[in-house]
Amino acid sequence: MNSSAARLPRWVDWGLLPALNLAAALFVSGLVVLAVGQNPLTAMALLVEGAVGSSEGIGYTLYYTTSFIFTGLAVAIAFHAGLFNIGGEGQAYLGGLGVTLVCLALDDWPWFAVIPLAVFGAAAFGAAWAAVPAWLQAHRGSHVVITTIMFNFIAAALITWLLVNVLIKPGQQSPETRHFAEHVWLPTAQSMFASIGLVMPRTPLNLSFLWALLCAAFLWVFLWRTRWGYAVRAVGHNEAAAVYAGIDPARVIVMTMMISGALAGFVALNDVLGVQHRLVLNFVGGAGFVGIAVALMGRNHPGGICVAALLFGALYQGGAELAFEMPALTRDMVVAIQGLVILFCGALERLFRGPLERRFAPHATAA
Amino acid sequence: MEIVDILVSMAAATLRVAAPLVLAALAGLFSERAGIVNIALEGKMLGAAFAAASVAAVTGSVWLALGAGIVVAIALSMLHGFASITYAGNQMVSGMSINVIALGLTAVLAHAWFKQGGRTPLLNDSSRFGPIELPYAAVIRPIPGLGPIYADVIGGHNLLVYLTFAIVPLVAFVIANTRFGLRLRAVGQNPGAVDTAGISVARLRYQALLVTGLLTGVSGTYLSIAHGAGFQQDMTAGKGFLALAALIFGKWRPWPAVWACLLFAFTDALQIRMQGVALPGVGVVPTQAIQALPYVLTVLLLAGFVGKAVAPRAIGVPYLKEKR
Repeated sequence: MNSSAARLPRWVDWGLLPALNLAAALFVSGLVVLAVGQNPLTAMALLVEGAVGSSEGIGYTLYYTTSFIFTGLAVAIAFHAGLFNIGGEGQAYLGGLGVTLVCLALDDWPWFAVIPLAVFGAAAFGAAWAAVPAWLQAHRGSHVVITTIMFNFIAAALITWLLVNVLIKPGQQSPETRHFAEHVWLPTAQSMFASIGLVMPRTPLNLSFLWALLCAAFLWVFLWRTRWGYAVRAVGHNEAAAVYAGIDPARVIVMTMMISGALAGFVALNDVLGVQHRLVLNFVGGAGFVGIAVALMGRNHPGGICVAALLFGALYQGGAELAFEMPALTRDMVVAIQGLVILFCGALERLFRGPLERRFAPHATAA
Repeated sequence: MEIVDILVSMAAATLRVAAPLVLAALAGLFSERAGIVNIALEGKMLGAAFAAASVAAVTGSVWLALGAGIVVAIALSMLHGFASITYAGNQMVSGMSINVIALGLTAVLAHAWFKQGGRTPLLNDSSRFGPIELPYAAVIRPIPGLGPIYADVIGGHNLLVYLTFAIVPLVAFVIANTRFGLRLRAVGQNPGAVDTAGISVARLRYQALLVTGLLTGVSGTYLSIAHGAGFQQDMTAGKGFLALAALIFGKWRPWPAVWACLLFAFTDALQIRMQGVALPGVGVVPTQAIQALPYVLTVLLLAGFVGKAVAPRAIGVPYLKEKR
């Protein structure tokens, strides 16, 4: 997304700049907290305490982190190809449908057959939902930002219809499917630690956290160690040059968006297969949009995304505790912080970059 | 219910639902024709809706409320401009940030200030834009055919509905026939040429965003103190995006965009009517299918399967004077 990244020393580019952007976002949030008559420092302390002050808090923090890694990676790979995928929300929702269809049909099979198929289902449905806007962008020139927004709304209508009319468990009022058989549920962190003799409190943290970290590692290898990843970055930097290098941008756009959609679809592993064990309305709950903030803050690098996702996981968990301890504030404060992070790390990136470049790389910035 | 009554109530509902969409779509028109993608209509409307409802709840004055809605929407619009014009940031990223900030902040402030779980207090009729009865409406209403149309389709709306439909020809005229409109269209097509002619691209784009703020301000105010009686969390519920879809569906031109808004509003009125009604030969059409229809239509249009929508050429590209 930016060609000037190479000018700054690495520690400034990867450490100081994101830290300054985050500080600016938190500073403005602090002003909001002041505006509602609360002490921002107390709020911050409560937030940190809620997020990492107990093993239960840490469990919840990492549970949120899991989803945000998936959506952050999804937004980031699209960014590398010069595409802005706002459709993570809808793609994750469809991923949930994929997981659910596999589990409803096959959950009398053993877990080692069902879980890989469910992973495949999440990826396939998420990828398919991203493939349509991608194909339209690549071949018909329809702007992927607008079409993915539209696809979020279409996904919401589609799943609501399916849950109300088709997939609903017979004889119940609320639009939910039946629970999957217990042996296909993803093991919780609690049960995994218990098997090696460690006691953990009950939290929604589950095996998909490790899968998220693996996906981040895979994505790094893909982007910087494979020819496909090279093609993605080439198209993102300069489409015309990529064409001269023998790369077909249309194919790259479709491939990138499908990987992006698949990654977003994995949110369903965490929430549907790991926690809810059934398909419910709106299980994504905004994680697709958090991915935008996470990707921007993590500078579209898998490592940075894991750190940023952890930060947002802590914000979401800490925000819930904060709302409990400080009733004047609601959890929506975290949504506002998220928006400010998108603003400062993404839209106003040059606000701090310019002065930093003058300070740390004065000769490179004559222009 | 008689068929005439159904048609009258559906036509009236269509106008009421269309008004905020029309305002928002025209707001988007100004910024997009000037070359700034506006996915932030939603956030600007939401901010305005909250500001208007808050001021109406505290002061009881609809005009102060309208002013507050406009001021907040313009402020958000200027933030959009600051990020995307002055700092040449990605317009879609800044637009998204405005949506998310508005969603979070309105909820936090509503909760903290009014302590009603994220709502503002329910407004009484004196602090809302209420329906306006046309002259002699009561006398004319009983006349079959024309009477209900006069009294309940043309009449009986709040002031902002009339304002909205009065603005449409004005906007069409400004875009097509004034110097500002010509420059606006030029800056969205070829900012370099505008710059060469000695006109400031940044200034024009800021002016466009100012109009966007003004119109989204009225639109948001409409939602909370004319159509509704107070603010609720996320009360825009995608209307900003629906307006954006209508703008694209109208190929970035005023009148077609307004027709698209009316079409989308009509599908909304239809959807409420059709719940559980079986059509001959088709059966019951799921409400979700009708809800998704505007979005599906927009995607099909963008794909060039139903006509072809061509965006302003310089849309989404920050203009950097030095980098030529």
